[in-house]
Amino acid sequence: MTDVSLQDVWKRYDDGVLAVEDLSLRVEDGEFLVVVGPSGCGKSTTLRLIAGLETVSEGTIRMGDRDVTDVEPKDRNVAMVFQNYALYPHMSARRNITFGMRSAGSFSDEEVTQRVEDAADLLDIADLLDRKPAALSGGERQRVALGRAIVRDPDVFLLDEPLSNLDAKLRIRMRSELAKLHDRLRTTTVYVTHDQTEAMTLGDRVVVMNDGEIQQIDPPQRLYDYPENRFVAEFVGDPAMNTFPVRVEERAQPATDGAGRYVATHAGVDLPLPDAGGLAAAAGDEALLGIRPEDLHLPPDPDVGSFTAAVTVTEPLGDSLLLECRIGEDEFRAAVSPRSTIEPGDTVELAPDPARLHLFDAGSGEALYHSAEGARDAEPSGIPDPDRLA
Amino acid sequence: MSAPLLAVLSAAVDRSRSALGSLDRPTARRLDGEQIGLHLLTAAAVFLLVLPVLIAAIVSTKRTGIVTTVGDLLPGGYAQTNYRRALITLGFWRFMLNSLLMSVVIVVGKLLISLLAALVIVYYRFPYKNAVFMFVLFTLLLPVPVRFVPLYRLVTDLGLGNTFFAITVPYLASATTVFILRQHFLSIPASLVETAKLDDVGPLRFLVSVLIPMSRGVLVGVSVIMFVYAWNQYLWPLVIVNSESLQVAQVGLSLLRGQASTGEVAWSMVMTGSILTLIPPLALLVLFRRPLLETFTIQQK
Repeated sequence: MTDVSLQDVWKRYDDGVLAVEDLSLRVEDGEFLVVVGPSGCGKSTTLRLIAGLETVSEGTIRMGDRDVTDVEPKDRNVAMVFQNYALYPHMSARRNITFGMRSAGSFSDEEVTQRVEDAADLLDIADLLDRKPAALSGGERQRVALGRAIVRDPDVFLLDEPLSNLDAKLRIRMRSELAKLHDRLRTTTVYVTHDQTEAMTLGDRVVVMNDGEIQQIDPPQRLYDYPENRFVAEFVGDPAMNTFPVRVEERAQPATDGAGRYVATHAGVDLPLPDAGGLAAAAGDEALLGIRPEDLHLPPDPDVGSFTAAVTVTEPLGDSLLLECRIGEDEFRAAVSPRSTIEPGDTVELAPDPARLHLFDAGSGEALYHSAEGARDAEPSGIPDPDRLA
Repeated sequence: MSAPLLAVLSAAVDRSRSALGSLDRPTARRLDGEQIGLHLLTAAAVFLLVLPVLIAAIVSTKRTGIVTTVGDLLPGGYAQTNYRRALITLGFWRFMLNSLLMSVVIVVGKLLISLLAALVIVYYRFPYKNAVFMFVLFTLLLPVPVRFVPLYRLVTDLGLGNTFFAITVPYLASATTVFILRQHFLSIPASLVETAKLDDVGPLRFLVSVLIPMSRGVLVGVSVIMFVYAWNQYLWPLVIVNSESLQVAQVGLSLLRGQASTGEVAWSMVMTGSILTLIPPLALLVLFRRPLLETFTIQQK
């Protein structure tokens, strides 16, 4: 059990590609850290740097109190699970699990057998141990690969998109199995994925990466509610957050409805912005307004701060109805109650939840304002809760 | 006996087997004119290719083997006499044994050296690696006939002329095998190598426990090719071996030529020797034709 820290790590490949840029990261002892991002963002490279399969161009990596920057992979006491499981096809599952064990540590024969049995029971693969990988299903192979990592009792587990090759249902099942496994073993784990749902459900904290740089590190809910920049806002959450170019204006007259001093204007629509940090600095400028689809409601009666939009497509998801809407030139999505009787071509009145608005800098994408920060400290707003309506 | 000939034979055998098989199944395609034409064409090609061997086999059963008319191509009754005479009286068994030993040693040596070379070329980083690999491939331009003069000098200067060493060691390196094994190793997923690296599995253990078992088909195929190549060697053994007791079958064949009592060439004996020489590689190629075809296939993973 150790913590892992990367300080000012850069990774430049021989052909000049900059995979990881000035990355600093700390994984706490026993934490399940997920690194997520689109293809090519540097997440797998980061994992391989921790494993020692790649060498850093600059920077240091520490595990516990050891500097492991120049230490060989075999001496780092890490275990890795690969996306394609990396099982030796000519060996039985048992031999796959134990191959390399005697080299990696000084385990006696009885210890080895005992560990294999324990891991097999934990992963429910005890009766599969004598089969070859070709005779195992994808999920079973995945568990054998996990078993191989577990028996070594490493300081750190490194998992590189381990669920990507499984079908959807199996993936969901394995996700909860991984979570339970982590609860049992509490080994420091770094988990790489491109799937933001996996990231949100598994991580104690989630690292969002893009273009070799860390965008944000936070627990999942915080990442969702307070994204630090536009990239994180649009990456986390499915369906993705809507963004509109707006202008932040100070109200000409003092507010009479208690909704705050500033509005965001766009295409003739004025959206009141509840008071919270960052508004004064953003006033008078262009910005990007972010609202998540599920934070757009059908208000019971026309409201200040609601607007009209034309519905172009409806997507019934079962637990919600996804509307693709249009105001002028802008298209956006709203997720409303699944049993609403809205058809494509209808016009709808939509109101955003004022406690769930975000502003981002129009140029850099940095987050300027989250209305929830103000709402946290303020009185409950006067907007009725749609879920409580009869 | 050449590999292409065997490939054609093998393909014909497979095709006829599947054609026969399809006649049993009610849902089989009926043999239409085009198929029959193709089969006839293949049969004709096979017959043409095999004809010399057939003639050799027939002549080996005759007394003197002089063929002047087509009627002379009927099988004679001297098969037993000829074969016994060649093998025992004339000591052809000794030549075949020498060929066998030489070929086996060469195959084993080639495999060992090429496995290690391919391992290093694929899994290690060292300066000028590409230049080294190019150099190895370059040796393909230097087959035995090109280099046997300086090689003769070298071997006799070392006092190793006319030894078993001399007919085996010059063949031990093989650029072809290195190339084939390299391509095969490259098709093995990198994650398997990385898993081994994380586990402190050394290169030799990785070679023996992972690479070799995973290359079984290719290794068998390569071994067969190399065995046939070694078995067929004529020029170098001719040049470097003086004593009959060490001579190999290909060269020993020429010794059978002067065995006719009338001073003419005893073609029947020569053909007997030829058929005898042909049998071991033929047997191997037939037995191992599946791994062999696997070796020829370009694997894409």
